[in-house]
Amino acid sequence: MSTILIVEQVLNGLQFGVMLFLMAAGLTLIFGVMGLINLAHGSLYMVGAFVAATVAAATGSFLLALVAAMGAAAMAGALIEMTVIRRLYHTDHLDQVLATFALILIFSEGTRWIFGSFPLYLSRPEALAGSVTLPFGIEYPLYRLALIGAGLAVAVGLWLLIAKTRIGIQIRAGENDREMIAALGVDIRTLYTFVFALGAALAGLAGALVGAIQSVQVGMGEPVLILAFVVIVIGGIGSIKGAFVGALIVGLTDTLGGIFLPELFKLAMEPAAATQVGASLSSMAIYLLMAAVLIWRPTGLFGARTA
Amino acid sequence: MTRESFVNLALLTALVAVPLWAWVAGEPFTITLATRAVIFALAAVGLNLALGLGGMVSFGHAVFFGLGGYSMGILAHHAQNFLPLYDGLIVIEGTKSMPVIWLVAIVVSALAALLIGLLSLRTSGVYFIMITLAFGQMFYYFAISWRAYGGEDGLSIWVRNDFPGLNTLAPIQFYGLCFALLLAALWLSARIARSSFGLVLNAARQVPGRVETVGLDGQRAKLVAFVISGAITGLAGALFADLNRFVSPTMFSWHMSGELIVFIILGGAARLFGPVAGAVLFVAMEHVLGDLWDHWHILLGALLLVIVLFARGGLIGLLAGKARNHD
Repeated sequence: MSTILIVEQVLNGLQFGVMLFLMAAGLTLIFGVMGLINLAHGSLYMVGAFVAATVAAATGSFLLALVAAMGAAAMAGALIEMTVIRRLYHTDHLDQVLATFALILIFSEGTRWIFGSFPLYLSRPEALAGSVTLPFGIEYPLYRLALIGAGLAVAVGLWLLIAKTRIGIQIRAGENDREMIAALGVDIRTLYTFVFALGAALAGLAGALVGAIQSVQVGMGEPVLILAFVVIVIGGIGSIKGAFVGALIVGLTDTLGGIFLPELFKLAMEPAAATQVGASLSSMAIYLLMAAVLIWRPTGLFGARTA
Repeated sequence: MTRESFVNLALLTALVAVPLWAWVAGEPFTITLATRAVIFALAAVGLNLALGLGGMVSFGHAVFFGLGGYSMGILAHHAQNFLPLYDGLIVIEGTKSMPVIWLVAIVVSALAALLIGLLSLRTSGVYFIMITLAFGQMFYYFAISWRAYGGEDGLSIWVRNDFPGLNTLAPIQFYGLCFALLLAALWLSARIARSSFGLVLNAARQVPGRVETVGLDGQRAKLVAFVISGAITGLAGALFADLNRFVSPTMFSWHMSGELIVFIILGGAARLFGPVAGAVLFVAMEHVLGDLWDHWHILLGALLLVIVLFARGGLIGLLAGKARNHD
């Protein structure tokens, strides 16, 4: 196994990880501030990808497509927050699960109704089309490198927003004591809508960015959503830092496990059997990891409070 | 007789009368639909033990449904191809006998429920929901990658399995079997709810702290309920596979887990017959609306939203009014 392959796979894992972070950050923020479990987060990811593909096809501009994807996802998020989600903050988790599951049904089937069942294609921008040569002569696609950069930039931006700005203070205060912050004159309803729309915009951005390396189709958000759940369970629900660390762990485990586990088993088994066992095990690896984390720390790596 | 027991009786009567009418009238497809509804109802009755009585919102019950399905698929696959399941010191053959398959399905699902329950019950609330969901995905991906049993394509079984003394190929006889199992599961649920074990479980859901204070082990009661719940759903999975003569990883998918919860809520949470009413309503909608409009899931979603936001009692709640012991 060459160094080049290892470095490439680590980069792939990082790229996957930062995209998962964009999803997980919104989920964990919404849970931390509003106490809501949102299954429809994957639908917002899908909305972002479809809008990006449509806008890119119409205008030819990838940047415009990204902006439109974020805008549309944020608007869809704000809309469902004001019509449905708002009524769920004071209900139990079962109601939240059901109502957001209902939203998935409506979003997925609605998208299939409008766009049909065939996948759309979103091509990556011209400027990021080629590959670059990294140190040690490693060729790596520029677009994937840009994804890592974009994900890290969003992570920093989110940290600045929450740690340094006035709205960030309000969000953190909302996590701790919603009555008190409402009593201090902060419009908590608008704040909640903003947080939800922010999470939605991040999901939409992730959908658009990933849409350029995968096909854009109905149901594309669901596997990502479930991985994002694994991420925030590992990281600790409500913690952005946990979401970041968890996303990188899951991204790397999933990518590296698929490559190295079959190789590892080949040391002890016949190649065909090793490939089979390795593939099965690597598809389960992140869930086994999650189970291990939970045995060790039932509230996740950075989760302080019980859910 | 309360209005609720009247509604329950009407539901049971319909589940006997409609298939019988279809049998006399020569409408085998209606019987198949009714069988589908009854099997879904059985799976949801299983889930309701965990969700309704124990307050454990399991978003991974498709695991047990799928394990039941694959128990049937693997045993029948080996039997129909005359390949022994295990060929070592002792030889284990596959089988086409339903009672044996059911037993295997129940034992396998119960063991899986024990393992998943032991891990998941360390947590509660949202964590529990997400962990059960993640375990479901784990089994789903495992089934996809397990090529020996069809991988993504699943396994086809050529002929429905046998039950001593019955011709299971006749739709009405297979329906009768499934219906009898549903009645047995309902009876068991009602017994559990009234037993001292059920009372502990009920209390552990509502006031876990006090249960411990009086020296009862609420967590253990929850685990036992989770295991029984998984076993019943597993049995339903074996029947479902037999109905379709096909198993595939979609039985493990999280949509399946979601739909099982939807059955309970459509029918009415915290009601013995809620899962039955919900499954019947779902299959009826799937058939009627699905024929009218390809995108009927939009309507299902809208209905579900209305029930969650405005009509908490579901179908039985609408028909029978508020539950007597509402909590």
